[in-house]
Formats: sequence, structure tokens, C-alpha cells
Amino acid sequence: MNKDLAKNFASGHSACAGCAFPTIVRTILGESPDPVVISNATGCLEVTSTLYPYTAWKVPFIHSAFENASATISGVERAHKALSKKGKVPKKIKFVVFAGDGGTYDIGLQSLSGALERGHDFVYVVYDNGGYMNTGNQRSSATPYAANTETTPVGKESFGKVEMRKNLMEIVAAHHIKYAAQANVAYLSDLKKKARKAFETEGPAFLSVFSPCTNNWKFPTSQYVAISKLATETNFWPLFEIEDGKYKVNWATENPKPVEEFLKTQGRFKHLFSEKNKPVLDEVKKIVKDEWQRLVDKTE
Amino acid sequence: MNMMDGTHKKRIALTGGAAAAEALKQIEPDVMAVYPITPQTTIIETFAKFKADGEVVTEVIEVESEHSAISACVGSSAAGARTATATSSQGLALMNEILYIASGMRLPILMVVSARALSAPINIHGDHSDVMGARDTGWIQIFSENSQEIYDNTIIGMKLAEKTKLPVMAIMDGFNTSHCVENLEILSKNQVQKFLGEFSPEKYLLDIEHPVTFGPLALQNSYFEFKVQQEEAMEKAGREYLKIAKEFEKLSGRKKDFFEAYRTEDAEEIIVLAGSTAGTAKDVVDRMRQSGKKVGLLKISLFRPFPLREILSALKNAKNIAVMERAISSGTYPPIYNDIVNGLYQAGETKKVHSLIYSLGGRDIFAKDIEKVFEDLKTEKISKEIKYIGV
Repeated sequence: MNKDLAKNFASGHSACAGCAFPTIVRTILGESPDPVVISNATGCLEVTSTLYPYTAWKVPFIHSAFENASATISGVERAHKALSKKGKVPKKIKFVVFAGDGGTYDIGLQSLSGALERGHDFVYVVYDNGGYMNTGNQRSSATPYAANTETTPVGKESFGKVEMRKNLMEIVAAHHIKYAAQANVAYLSDLKKKARKAFETEGPAFLSVFSPCTNNWKFPTSQYVAISKLATETNFWPLFEIEDGKYKVNWATENPKPVEEFLKTQGRFKHLFSEKNKPVLDEVKKIVKDEWQRLVDKTE
Repeated sequence: MNMMDGTHKKRIALTGGAAAAEALKQIEPDVMAVYPITPQTTIIETFAKFKADGEVVTEVIEVESEHSAISACVGSSAAGARTATATSSQGLALMNEILYIASGMRLPILMVVSARALSAPINIHGDHSDVMGARDTGWIQIFSENSQEIYDNTIIGMKLAEKTKLPVMAIMDGFNTSHCVENLEILSKNQVQKFLGEFSPEKYLLDIEHPVTFGPLALQNSYFEFKVQQEEAMEKAGREYLKIAKEFEKLSGRKKDFFEAYRTEDAEEIIVLAGSTAGTAKDVVDRMRQSGKKVGLLKISLFRPFPLREILSALKNAKNIAVMERAISSGTYPPIYNDIVNGLYQAGETKKVHSLIYSLGGRDIFAKDIEKVFEDLKTEKISKEIKYIGV
């Protein structure tokens, strides 16, 4: 493997073939101008990268628990402030959190909110695969409407998840942080640019990155980039930034592809293409359209 | 007694909370993560004022919950910084998950606890339910009787944590101690700093040149070894505690040990308890001794690790023993009673031991109650049933 690519996060971890987060981690860390220290929430990334006595991390790394990655990095960052004043540690270090959507939208939301409000100098990265994938595909508040999961299973009386995704970007932006961006593993130069900006930001910066799960979204391992690309091309997952409170869309087209093209690539949406579920499919399309419009309206 | 040479002794009157804050000021940790809860809050408020007045350079993180307070402490301590926090009651209960992580990662965090009752029903007053609920979390636990002892134990605790690579709780009774003004003697900051020395961990996150992974996944083939090694460290921590306590005794002139054996030498009836009630109990012992009664008190200081051998040796001449506790261990006998009875059994002793629970949620305990316990021991009114005092 390319040595430069693996300089922070080595090969030999046990993430699934076709998982997006190794690419996300390497791409983001590759943009840091300074040494990094990582805080990782419990989840797939942590269990596949730190199986004792091995570690894929070539940089300092801490995993404490599921819900406290932000509080943990708060402690690390302030320890750095104290110790660098005493000349005990290097002046310039970047602090990064990696967490899945469960550890961010749900159980880790309070810890994240606290750290954002206190203004710690760190970059928070959520790799969003829309559910609790490490425990086998249960719904989170990031799970899209109508997705089939183990806790919102499709059945005679059910079409999957009945609620919309939580709008985390707006929650994050409400903390008045200087930089937040939504990115996608299929758009690496965009992701790099956003990572660079996040590292340059003084105080907290937030990146939400689309991260398909081959196992639980049910698609072939070769397809994660193609599916990610469709997510943006259909406006399901727009690329945008919130800089000093101002919204900017980074990728748009006059003619977005039909949402069905994204949905039909994955087993978790298979049920939407039955005659019975036509109204549900229509609702999915409406949500995507409305959310896109809401985003565009914010840019004006 | 020269202020300049850093060896002066100063007497002041402080609440237990302020005494703990004073000790923390002299320790001047690199990082303190704080969240308010009664009756602990006076500690962090006092410390915040020290910071505001430029008396300490400590980085204070005002987190949004106790769960985040202890989580930030884990991050800070793993990063290589001297780290402390304080809490009570629901706060300690909320921290519970991370208490195990702090000890499992072998992080020398110091936590001052103003021990308080647990909900429901809600009650802000003192008892030991919170700290007893945390007795299996892998933290060293030291009880204090008064302002002087919480001051001393805060300093001893910081050094003990760093020496053993285990987190330490320095415990005082909520309100009874935390909010009572008492006279105490304090060291100079110089003396405290010299006593503690520099904190220089072997492995830490901010050692960029030597990256380490903290908190990995350990499965069936390695998890057990981690836990056994941690327990070996806990077993050794007793000796370390005594060494450090004796060093502190030399520095302060105040006697320090695993526990205080008060007139137990020839005592036929002994009460065992921990915390502020020891003050009243000693008074009762003195008065009963005046009328020729052979009674004594064993006041627990180090509770985890439990200095069983030494405690048994202090109890060896007693005919009957009462263990008085401010906590229930639901469905069985309370913790200190269990520890002592277990030890007596192992030693082949057949002393009668009475279990009493008192002062939950801050209910008053009076000298006459304690005297009654001694009288009952004398007349062998000892049942196997747990007795609740004053209910």
C-alpha cells in the first residue's frame, strides 16, 4: 500500500472490504499540517483498528467510551494547553474526533454540544452510515426515512423507519462554530479541501462525511464509491459548508438524478419498489426535494 | 516557622469543601474538569475563584455533566497532565461507566467526593451510598473524618494515584464535613509541591514521537490478563498508601495509618465506622472509658484496597464488634460488615459482629445512639439482623 497514504492509519485493520471509513480517515488526516491526536468513539472504526495487541494507528489515539469522544478530546486539548505552556509538549498539535452517527447524533450529542459550546480547538468528524452498524444495523436518528433496519424491520404493518433524519448540521451550526461542512467519500478533493479548512479553523470545526455500509445497506463491496456519488447526484446528500453561519452549496446540478437511482442500489430500500409502498417512495422523494430546497433557501 | 523557607505551619478555619479546595490549590493540577452538584459545589467554586484571582494556572474545564467531567479527566490524564475533579451523589453515579475506564486505563486521576445520599427520593444530605456504589470500580478509596483529613487525603491521594497508576477518591461526608467550619493546619504550597514531585508518566498521548493507543479492544485471549494485572496493582496499592501516608506524617506531624485505632488496645467492645461520625464516637468512647468501660473505635481510612490483615489485628482483643455504616447494600449486609466478617472467618475467629445502618440521607446520629450500640455489645444484644438506628 502507498506508504504516504498509510502514514497515520496503517493497512491490516479489519474493516470490511468496501467500507468507506479507512478512506475518510486517511484523507482527512492527510490534510493536517501538524501532528494529530485522535479520540474515537466506540464503534466499527475503533473495534476494527485496535484489536489488542495490534493497532492500525500510527498516531496517538484514545478510545474511552461510546458517548464521550468529545469530552475526552476536551480533556486532551486542555492538557495540551497546560503542558505546552510549561514547554513539556510540542506547541502545534491538532485534535481530531472520529465517531459514527450513533456516537454523534444520539448517545454522543450532549458531549459534542458541550465541547462545541466550550470552543475547544478540535476537528470533529462523523462518518455517517445512517445506523448502528457495529451492533448489526439498528436505527439511529441519522437513519433515513423508510430504511429497513433490524429495529425498524419491514413487515406487514411496517415500511421501515417512520421518522426523518435528524438535521445535525443545523444543530451544530447553532453552536456558532466557525466551520461546519457536509462531505462525501466519493468526492475526495472536496473532502480534502474541507479537512484543510477544518484544520485551519481556530476552535471547533465539524465534518459530516457520507460513509456507506456494505454489510447493512446491502450492496456489493465494489460499489461504495458509486453509491456515494449517486447520493450527492440525487440531492440525497448535498455537499455544503457553513462558514461563520453562512451556507454555501459546493455541488449542484440543474437536473438531479431521480432519487430511485440511489435507493435501488441498496437492499435496505428494496421494499420501496413494491406497489404497496409507492406512497412511501413518493414521501422519500418529497423529503429529499424539500430538504434540498430548505438548504438552497439558506444560501440566499 | 519561617514563611520563606516553605516549612511553616498555618492554622486556619475552613469548611471541608474549602479545605479540599485549598489542597487542590496547593497541588495546582494541570487540568480540572468540573460540574456543580450539592454538596460538592463549594470545592469547585472556591477553586474557580483561585483561578480568577490568578492564584492557580490550572486549566479548568466547565463541562456539561459529571459524565463529561470524568471523561475529560480521562483524556487529560492520558494526555500526560496532572488531573483532578470533584463530585457527589448522582454525579458519581452518572460517572460510573467511566470510573471503570479510568482505572482500567490506569490513569492517576484524583477525585474529591463529598459523599451524599442517592435518589429516589432525592436527598442532598450526607451518607455513603454514592461511594459505596463505586467500591468495585477499581478506584482507591480513602475516607476522611473532618476538614483536616480531607485536606490531608487530597494531597496524599494525588501522590498515591500517580505512584500506583490508579485513580483515587478522597472522600468526606457531605454537609457533616463539607459544610462544617473546623480548625485545621495546612502546609505551604512549596511543601505540597515538593511532596508530590513532578508528574512524568511513562506513556502519554501528547508524546507525539512515541504514539500509543489507549483503550484498545481486548478479547477473550487478553482481557482477563488486563484485569488481573490491574487487581495486582490494587493489592500493592495498600503498601504504597502506607509509605506515602507515613511520608506525609513526617511532613505534617499528623499521625497517618490505614485506619485510626482509638483506644482499641484493651477494648472488649469495638465499633467500626468510616467518616465524620468518628468524632462523636471518640467522644462517647472517652466518656465510657471514664466510667471504666473497655470500649474502642476503629475508624476506617483506607477502604479500597481493604487493609484486612491490619484491621483484624486491631480487632483481635475485642469480644464483640459493631459495624456502623451509612449505606445499604440492597439484599445483603452492608459493605464494611461483609469485608470484616469475611476476614474474621478466614482467620478462624468467632467474634460476634453486629451490623448497623445509620444516618441515611443526613439523619442525625447522637452520642446516646452510639453509647447504646456499645451497651448492646456489652450485654450481647447482638442479632444477625441488620439494625437501623433511629428508624
